[in-house]
Amino acid sequence: MKNAGLNVAMDTLQHINLATLGDRKGAMVVVVADDPQSHASGDEEDTRWTAQMANAPLLEPSSFQDALDMTKYLFELSEEFAIFGYLRGYTRLAHSRGKVRVGEYKKASRKASFDRSKMFTPYIAPPKRAALIEKMAKIRERFEESPFNTYKGPDKPELLIICSGSGEPCSLDAIEELGLGSRVGVLKLGTLWPFPSRLVVSYIKKAGKTLVVEESDPYVETHVKEAVADARMEPAPEILGKSSGHISYVGENSPDKVIAALCQLFVIEYQARDPEYQRKLDEITNKLVISRGLIWCPGCPHRASFYAISNAIKRDGRSAVIASDIGCYTLDAFPDGTQLTNVLHCMGGGLAEACGFGQLAQFGFEQPAIGICGDSTFFHGSIPALINAVYNNSNVTYIVLDNAITAMTGFQPHAASGRTATQDVTAKVDIESLCRTLGCRVEVEDPFNTKATTARLLELLKDDSGVKVFILRRKCELLRMRQERTRPYKVWVDAEKCIGDKCGFCYRILRCPGVAFDKESGKAKIQEALCAECGLCADLCPSKAIVKEERA
Amino acid sequence: MAISADPLNLVICGVGGQGNILLSGMLGSAFLKKGYYATIGETFGAAQRGGAVFSSVRVSKNREYGPLMPEGKAHLVLGLEPLETLRMVQKYGNPGAVCISNMYPVVTAGVSSNRDSYPDLEELKKAVSGLSKQAWFLDATSIALELQAPITLNIVMVGALLGTHQLPLDVEDIKVELRESLPPDRLELNFQALERGFKAVS
Repeated sequence: MKNAGLNVAMDTLQHINLATLGDRKGAMVVVVADDPQSHASGDEEDTRWTAQMANAPLLEPSSFQDALDMTKYLFELSEEFAIFGYLRGYTRLAHSRGKVRVGEYKKASRKASFDRSKMFTPYIAPPKRAALIEKMAKIRERFEESPFNTYKGPDKPELLIICSGSGEPCSLDAIEELGLGSRVGVLKLGTLWPFPSRLVVSYIKKAGKTLVVEESDPYVETHVKEAVADARMEPAPEILGKSSGHISYVGENSPDKVIAALCQLFVIEYQARDPEYQRKLDEITNKLVISRGLIWCPGCPHRASFYAISNAIKRDGRSAVIASDIGCYTLDAFPDGTQLTNVLHCMGGGLAEACGFGQLAQFGFEQPAIGICGDSTFFHGSIPALINAVYNNSNVTYIVLDNAITAMTGFQPHAASGRTATQDVTAKVDIESLCRTLGCRVEVEDPFNTKATTARLLELLKDDSGVKVFILRRKCELLRMRQERTRPYKVWVDAEKCIGDKCGFCYRILRCPGVAFDKESGKAKIQEALCAECGLCADLCPSKAIVKEERA
Repeated sequence: MAISADPLNLVICGVGGQGNILLSGMLGSAFLKKGYYATIGETFGAAQRGGAVFSSVRVSKNREYGPLMPEGKAHLVLGLEPLETLRMVQKYGNPGAVCISNMYPVVTAGVSSNRDSYPDLEELKKAVSGLSKQAWFLDATSIALELQAPITLNIVMVGALLGTHQLPLDVEDIKVELRESLPPDRLELNFQALERGFKAVS
């Protein structure tokens, strides 16, 4: 899982190692990929502290081989000590590929069973915590000697880089680029909790200054400083990193960040490119390069849904508040979206937050509350919020954008798909009947019927009887195309009727990539390579200038 | 003549949905089979939703490199979309790098809605050529459309890449990759796409 997913499981994970995993006939490794730079997350959370909090061993790979070897090692460690451990990755590693030596597969034939003579629970915690701390002391000793902590460089470096994760490849690149191989050494730490303090101190003693290279929080830096303080080193060594300003607190590691830090420390003038070339490059690219934002695909049902929602909110006139969630519809909040979203946090946040807004009437709150989530997010994280809203008399409208798949992350099935994650046939959970069972008013509409959708939503916003669920159901266009491989219509612009920029409805309001303003003609033009020929723009064109014709 | 740098830094760029990641995976895998270290790095997030996408392949005989290369240090930019080619030249280009670019534009939301202007294609070509050691351009999208398979755009571009003889890979190396990743009934079409791309630059 990633950082955000881990948070959902946090309560249990904080307990497991107190309770112990069981009778040492099994093991558990939690793989978590943090997201420095927030490529696909709402924050740059650092899971490493979590391992410390839970007293769970944590290893961080710097290479593909590390990732494999550490996982195997953690399984063994987990089984031996009856506690779980973390393999902490990060987006840059999780989204890269390379060669590994697989080694031997150990086959185990075990039958699942439960030893009823024991109880697995953190209660009573203090004595269990004492036992866990003892285990961690033993593991710390192993980590002091671990082959996952490696050193590359001269015996007595002028500068010692201590790093973890992507800090190693980025540092090696920087050293190579600047030709500092004889002056700078790199101590890569793979075992980050318990922290191998003695090992770190032994390398710091041989070095001039020390620079800690890591992303997210100054986790390694803090532990290095603690290790140095405990060792009472005289004179106190210079530990540089985030707090000294050499490495940024935000964003991910990159070779360029390490290059910049090394240039500062060694007083090196470095220019990646010849200044004259750079000047020419800046001049040309500043003039020509324009941004490319994310946008819903041609034919996406969300485009129609948000158009209808926007219309209903305008007509309602009471400035409805929208709490949205995580999925393709999140793109609404991006610069090229409709930007109706007011509150956006995390998986399951949309319905939960809207539930709260729906209870504020007692404080004079008059704006209608809308919670939005997708079908997958509904199952994944919204049902307790829905029950909570029913139970607490929240006056709220929930919109479930049901596109029949988990589209954003690559078409995984969900509880209504009738298929498990491994594609086995399974039961289907029906959103509609689940909501009705809970006592909600439920309405269903195809968002491509924008008029009916708008009218129904308007009515629901005015209905103050409690929890209303509005399911906007239409299959993800990418999924539909994969399954059906057909185009429903032939779509074209009638240039006689199109009034171009005097209107611009299709390309400025709907913002579908399948239709664009054409400079030559000054009119809208279908982008043949992109258009899904769904016919939405034809249905809505104010001048009836876009024509859709059913394919035979 | 093939580029002799080690590590060899390749940038593959385009727009979400153009098959960028498959392409970098194929090149990386071909290098691995020849005994090189190869690291394939992808962009992430909502790549499928029409955003700018790039991936990297870093190849070496000596050691495994991380997926991120230093800025200004690409040796080759393979662009599936002209604006994205220029964007990557902006970040990773240098006077010694070569570029191979599709010239069929995918307009941005800003261009569609008449807020931005898509760069003039002739000017863009001149810019990419002027900022690189050598550049090749082709209309790979139209070739793929002629094959009635727009999805083969990325394969046409690999063909073009091979046609420039800049990498120590040949057509047969890529055919091996295609055989491993495609169902047999799609092979002939993709071989054709490969050949059309190859011929478009040679």
